[in-house]
Amino acid sequence: MNRRRIGLALAAASFAWGFATSLAHATDVSFWTWRQEDKAAYNELFADFTKANPDIHVKFESFPDENYPTIVSTALAGGKGGDVIHTHAYGWLEQFVKAGYFEPLDMPTVPSLANQPADALVSGTYRADKKVYSLPFASQTLGLFINKDVFAKAGLTPPTTWDEFITVSKALKEKGIYPLANGMGTSWFNEMFVAIFTNPFLGQDFVSDLTSGKTTFKDPRYVAALGKLLELRPYMPDGFEGIDYETAGQLFLSGKAAMLAGGSFDIATYRSQNPPINMDFVAPPTAKAGDTPQATKFFDGGYAVNSKSANKEAALKLVNWMGTKEFGDKFSALLGNISPIKGVVIKDELLSHVAKLNETAMPHINVVYFRFEKPTGSELLQGDITKMMSGSITPDQLAADLTDGLAKWYKPFQGK
Amino acid sequence: MTDGWRHSEGPFAWRRSLWLAALLTPALVVMVLFVLWPLLSAFRFAFYEFNGLRPSGFIGLENFRQVLFEKPYSDWTWNALKHNVIAFLALMLFENGTAFLIAFALLKALPGHRVHQVIVFLPVVLSAVIVGFLWKLFLHPLFGLVNQLLGLVGIGAIPWLGNENTALGSILFANIWHWLGFPTLVLLAGMQRISKDVLEAARLDGAGDYALMTKIVWPLIAPSVTIVTILTFIGSFNWFEIPYVMAGLTGSPGGSTDVLGLYFYRTAFGSTTTGIQDFGQGSALAVLMFILVAGVTAIALRYLRRREIEQ
Repeated sequence: MNRRRIGLALAAASFAWGFATSLAHATDVSFWTWRQEDKAAYNELFADFTKANPDIHVKFESFPDENYPTIVSTALAGGKGGDVIHTHAYGWLEQFVKAGYFEPLDMPTVPSLANQPADALVSGTYRADKKVYSLPFASQTLGLFINKDVFAKAGLTPPTTWDEFITVSKALKEKGIYPLANGMGTSWFNEMFVAIFTNPFLGQDFVSDLTSGKTTFKDPRYVAALGKLLELRPYMPDGFEGIDYETAGQLFLSGKAAMLAGGSFDIATYRSQNPPINMDFVAPPTAKAGDTPQATKFFDGGYAVNSKSANKEAALKLVNWMGTKEFGDKFSALLGNISPIKGVVIKDELLSHVAKLNETAMPHINVVYFRFEKPTGSELLQGDITKMMSGSITPDQLAADLTDGLAKWYKPFQGK
Repeated sequence: MTDGWRHSEGPFAWRRSLWLAALLTPALVVMVLFVLWPLLSAFRFAFYEFNGLRPSGFIGLENFRQVLFEKPYSDWTWNALKHNVIAFLALMLFENGTAFLIAFALLKALPGHRVHQVIVFLPVVLSAVIVGFLWKLFLHPLFGLVNQLLGLVGIGAIPWLGNENTALGSILFANIWHWLGFPTLVLLAGMQRISKDVLEAARLDGAGDYALMTKIVWPLIAPSVTIVTILTFIGSFNWFEIPYVMAGLTGSPGGSTDVLGLYFYRTAFGSTTTGIQDFGQGSALAVLMFILVAGVTAIALRYLRRREIEQ
């Protein structure tokens, strides 16, 4: 009797197992990101992927931006974590790759790598073995937001050169409008602020000299460019030292300020916060008339595959799909970000204008070249720039601190 | 059965031991897993170099040497430590000093003292994150309540949190507003334990408020002062939440609000916008903070307890 019961139970269990397997034979791939706000868009994109690959379901899981590195590194160290990980780029990525947490991506497994331009691939490449570990997802452009209605109302034209910028700013200030919305209250943005306004004075030659070891940040060109930032102070809001980037955005959106140094990553946010706003995104003022307009560009991050993933094959398939034009077109349309994938069509007028700026843009020097070891250029610059803007140190001192700090690990600066 | 509890020998002794072990085990497991193990890990990691996010080799005291003596890390360490010391002194003087005066006023049980007692203690129940955000808004250069009130008397926008000279003071002010009720309550409890006979005798001998406060109350509340001092010291050197919310992970502007807690966190765990995580250096900082807090607390406790006995 007992044997019969056991036999029946085994048969029932086998049937249930087979039934459940037939229902759930699909692989679940988890996607980890810090971009909670992009959930709806990603779910739409993943639905497209599942339509083409019915055996793979993708689960979107997001974590707070501030704690994201800690959460990801802790999970990966324990052999857990998402199958596909949204990564930041350059030095951020490298520390994860050094620890062996990510799977190298190559042409046989991820043929869509061929769709990426060379400068985008650099952002996801580990310098030591030259292999790509993260498929770039978006380029970010830094420049100047222009509130066209405010300019029209004031009867002024947005500036293109530094001299025009100062003249227009004086006129705006006289009319009771803050010319430039920015303050110095947000460390991470202060670094971008520096890049936006100094890059047109530095030019590609300076970047080449810097990265080839011919010069350092003590170079008179860099010191002079920093000095230009001091000229902006009268045209920033009262108490600018304490104005954070969020407040600056609100001053700009509300029309209290005419211009905002910012990033293309905020275009979608500003549109959703003030849909009727009539704004433009342009290159910052050039050093002199006739110079090529130079915005600043960097790649935000990419998609990497967890080397301990139990669903590696499916994860690689997903990442490969995320490098296709089909993904890039829809990604740019849904999220208002510029996909680096070659041939992506950007229909939005403002975004396509930003993509045009990218063609002549300078790299974000600190992010692209000096975030690989400690102390990073970012922590050195972010620490000093508020002091310089408040007048407690000079541009020369900032340049020296930056160079001497980086010389700890960046050999071309050592002894200079 | 009760005999079994009382005596270590006898038929129920083993049951008693088993019962005690069962009661202690969960707490011990939690302590070992979440306190002792992380502490020992931090000690271990402090002696290792990290290649990316994994320990790559034993390097002895190198991490300690870097954070204490090698620029720019040493500058950052001493700068943060300086702010912790300033915070401790400021909190002792302004927070605990004010708390003592308020407690003394409450002791006199003037009309409405119970309402005041609640009002003083009310901010303590708020989360530090809420207090930080609240004061960040109050101190906003353009829209903040403080500058709007100052504007009424013709004072222009002051960037309280953006100016190196005012940022730390502003954050300390918010901290004092948040915690003032706690030392007030501890000191008041100490004062209420003083025998009424003693206070009345002093009054009859002609002691005024000042003499009563300095000659009678102050010496007799020594145990409460010990508790408040030690907790202020530990709080000042583990200070994190309010500076983090009000000044960010970098202790802006220009490191003028940086404290050891912030410096440790961004060193060990990095930040999206500055880059690298270094568990080795971060662990060295954590170990130094532990030694500092535990060491000074032990010495201070010894001194303050002796003072209590002398009193």
